[in-house]
Amino acid sequence: MVRRLPRKDVVIVGLGWTGSILAYELAHTGLDVVAIERGPWRDTAVDFNIGTAADELRYAVRQDIFLRPTQETLTMRNNPSQTALPIRKWGSFLPGNGVGGAGVHWNGQTWRFLPDDFRIRSHMIERYGEGIMPEGNHIQDWPVSYDELEPYYDKFERVAGISGRAGNIKGEIQPGGNRFEGARENEYPTPAMKQGYQQELFTKAAANMGLHPFPRPSANISTAYTNPYGCSMAPCTYCGFCEWFGCANYSKASPQTCVLPALIREPTFEARTECEVTKVNLTVDGKMATGVTYVDANGEEWEQPADLVLVCAYGLFNVRLLLLSGIGKPYDPASDEGVVGRNYAYQTGSGSTAFFEDVKFNPFAAAGSTGVALDDFNSDNFDHGPHGFVGGASITCAHTNGRPIRYHPTLPGTPAWGSAWKKGVRDAYQRVANVGAQGSVMSYRNNYLDLDPTYKDALGRPLMRMTFDYQPNEQKMANWMAERCNEIAKAMGAKVTQVNRLGVPWNVVPYQTTHNTGGTVMSSDPKTGVLNRYLQSWDVPNVFVMGASAFPQNAGYNPTGTVGALTYWGLDGIFNYLKSPGALVQP
Amino acid sequence: MRWLRHLILLLPLLVVGGARAEPDNYVDIVRGKALATVGDCVACHTTSGGQPFAGGLALQTPFGAIVTPNITPDATTGIGSWSADDFARAMHEGRRPGGTYLYPAFPYPYYTRVTRKDLDAIYAYLRTLPPVENRVNRNTLPFPFNIRLSMIGWNMLFFTPGEFKADPKRSDEFNRGAYLVEGLGHCGACHTPFNSFGASQNDKYLQGNRIDNWTAPNITNDMQAGLGKWSVDNVVQYLKTGQTRFSLASGPMKDVIENSTSKMPDTDLKAIAAYLKERGAAGSPAPAPLPASDPRMQMGEAIFVDTCSACHMRSGAGVEHMFPKLAGNVITTQNDPASLIRIIITGGRATATDSFPTSPSMPSLGYRLNDSQIAAVVTYVRNSWGNAAAPVSAETVKDLRARVAGAGD
Repeated sequence: MVRRLPRKDVVIVGLGWTGSILAYELAHTGLDVVAIERGPWRDTAVDFNIGTAADELRYAVRQDIFLRPTQETLTMRNNPSQTALPIRKWGSFLPGNGVGGAGVHWNGQTWRFLPDDFRIRSHMIERYGEGIMPEGNHIQDWPVSYDELEPYYDKFERVAGISGRAGNIKGEIQPGGNRFEGARENEYPTPAMKQGYQQELFTKAAANMGLHPFPRPSANISTAYTNPYGCSMAPCTYCGFCEWFGCANYSKASPQTCVLPALIREPTFEARTECEVTKVNLTVDGKMATGVTYVDANGEEWEQPADLVLVCAYGLFNVRLLLLSGIGKPYDPASDEGVVGRNYAYQTGSGSTAFFEDVKFNPFAAAGSTGVALDDFNSDNFDHGPHGFVGGASITCAHTNGRPIRYHPTLPGTPAWGSAWKKGVRDAYQRVANVGAQGSVMSYRNNYLDLDPTYKDALGRPLMRMTFDYQPNEQKMANWMAERCNEIAKAMGAKVTQVNRLGVPWNVVPYQTTHNTGGTVMSSDPKTGVLNRYLQSWDVPNVFVMGASAFPQNAGYNPTGTVGALTYWGLDGIFNYLKSPGALVQP
Repeated sequence: MRWLRHLILLLPLLVVGGARAEPDNYVDIVRGKALATVGDCVACHTTSGGQPFAGGLALQTPFGAIVTPNITPDATTGIGSWSADDFARAMHEGRRPGGTYLYPAFPYPYYTRVTRKDLDAIYAYLRTLPPVENRVNRNTLPFPFNIRLSMIGWNMLFFTPGEFKADPKRSDEFNRGAYLVEGLGHCGACHTPFNSFGASQNDKYLQGNRIDNWTAPNITNDMQAGLGKWSVDNVVQYLKTGQTRFSLASGPMKDVIENSTSKMPDTDLKAIAAYLKERGAAGSPAPAPLPASDPRMQMGEAIFVDTCSACHMRSGAGVEHMFPKLAGNVITTQNDPASLIRIIITGGRATATDSFPTSPSMPSLGYRLNDSQIAAVVTYVRNSWGNAAAPVSAETVKDLRARVAGAGD
């Protein structure tokens, strides 16, 4: 039997980056806020203690802080003609679990999308004509511009203490920064991270080629910092245990370092962990949310009534929760109608592995976001005319770690086991560099999310089904980028290089990236998205949905910076809603 | 019959009502709450996870455990039947309403300095608390300490009753600070060494003491181990935020700052600081530092570089707001190195305040450093970067390790 709890002003589903920021900002105004989180509480002092945090076997191999398929999984297929099967071991992407979400285990690369990215459809057609748009695409402009989001990017960067070097302050190009970035009001809150020898080689080679390298913006921070919430961080020690790990050194921006210490002091805030929200409840006419239903660790079911429901789970699970709750019309690719699950997108990875002689790169002295990048081939910073594809990539030379169990580079042709392999690893460990291209993925009619017709979870609810493949546009783009990476790698002085092209069809097994976007897209037209420009549901005005599920398509960057900016942007929408409840945008 | 039901509902209110504060006492109640915060009453009169002020916490004394009473206005298990005079007598004389003697684990030798007006305000505040029924066992001490009449002799020897007398030769600020430190703040209860009868040694007032296997440091104006190198502003900042550029509070002082001093007005904190800085210095002079060539220093340095320097920095400079500076930090040069040893063994967390909520942690390293390694690294920290203090032996570490076994934070 479902037991009903006393009403709250706000219920938040999921306590990661977006949930914790909204919880703090709303509780700070005196609202009664409860956050309901599927996973456990996690705290730097207790869970990421320096004595146990750098445990590669526990965290990287056994994936200790990640979601387990028994908690939730998806079915997957490459196209609608196939039958989707359940993912039984997370591989290509690894959703987080517990308080802090994926903000605990991320590498910390914190980008702003480029101004053109927000109006990519209009921009590409204006410059190249309709002909450049790929077949079957759903590419659409964002309902918000870079200029509108700029102050909110700034706010998130200040909360996270991001280290970097500005390339464009108020329209003035800054030497050593990213000259292609949108104008920013302020310099980064902390100076850029230190770089290694291979980044030095990359910087020189790229500059000689007429490209524009700059230190990658990083949430592993370079100096001590105290953010506007009073939360303090310590300088990164370049220990190389970022991605897949919680930071024991208070050096990586996360909800744990940047928000939770202030949030837990708010007297009107409460967190309920190990409780899974199963449904957003609606009024009989379906026009308003009345709260949520959740199941606690003992399997007991509770109803939590609330005036405002903020859906802040990982993007994929936001989509599923909306589908299970009947908020918004589910997307149907056959009729090309409906919105929930529409425009699922991902990220491409391609590049070049470069082998040098007589160098010592010391790959172990690294952080998740050290590295030098260039944006000459991102978005529309170059002429797409001759290439016939839409999109671009950020190109980076970086090491995130040189950890003993899983970092075993070898030259091409080295046996995969035995003494020759060992010798090969010993030989290659210090002299391998990687030049990688992280590319955009556009949205398409046949890349989408819906409820699986066959497979159900432990509670009897349908699993979500992912239908996704890299389309010809992305293949062309990523493979062109791999050649650019290879040219730079050669110019760096590599003796041997190996071009890494995009793996197709997309394969769910090897880890690629956890940059899953779309499915609850923000749009200027209710027919092409779930959310209006303030991340408010077009259909149920007291539901707001945060996260990368709102991206209409994905850009050539890591998503977290934009997720953070959208959260503060959405917060302003929530404040406006609280002043005058109702739809913030008339359809 | 409706009126009857109302009457029945009213009855308990009428009974309790007499013991409750009058509504026009508002000013006194607010003042009383602030004073109860200065006294940090809640710290001893609350168990971990228990109802505030409902008592039940076992205070470990050299004579056995004393369980703190319930001071909520519950008529049977709390102090609901006490009058303002009863309350003042307890605070001023260490006697219960019936005349029974209280033990000085309840720091009445300090509270006796508090003015009657302030006690009445605290009393008024305590009356506003929700009454909690919580019966605690008040007789846990073993023979012969369970004989409360023995306190007559103790009081004759060690107890000087009487309200605070301002020193007309000193500033109002100094006298205010003295009133707070010597009275409600009862700072000396932790920061002054005890004699073998558990009484504060007046000739070593505020010169430091070991409390719960932590060092409550010297808080006279001494240069070596006290506040000599701290400005008045440093002291205020420490009490308000839990940290200065040199130091982050942890151990029992974390609770004092979180519950008490961080909530006090700046003017009172400044008065406390002025008093502590101006009342004089006392302590042992600094010895000559051990030479870097000393084998203990060499071993300690090697451990420090491997285990400590990532956070505390090779230079001992630490990281502001996060990891304490060790160079020039007086916690490192106390006569008693207990805090340094203990925090390495058990780890700990720094104070969280509204100003600095992070509460960074020191990991427990007791599982991977043995007694002689801890002795060496503590000796190294005590004698590097300008610090100078007596070396620490492995036996001292062994002894403390046994006392804090299982006490990891």
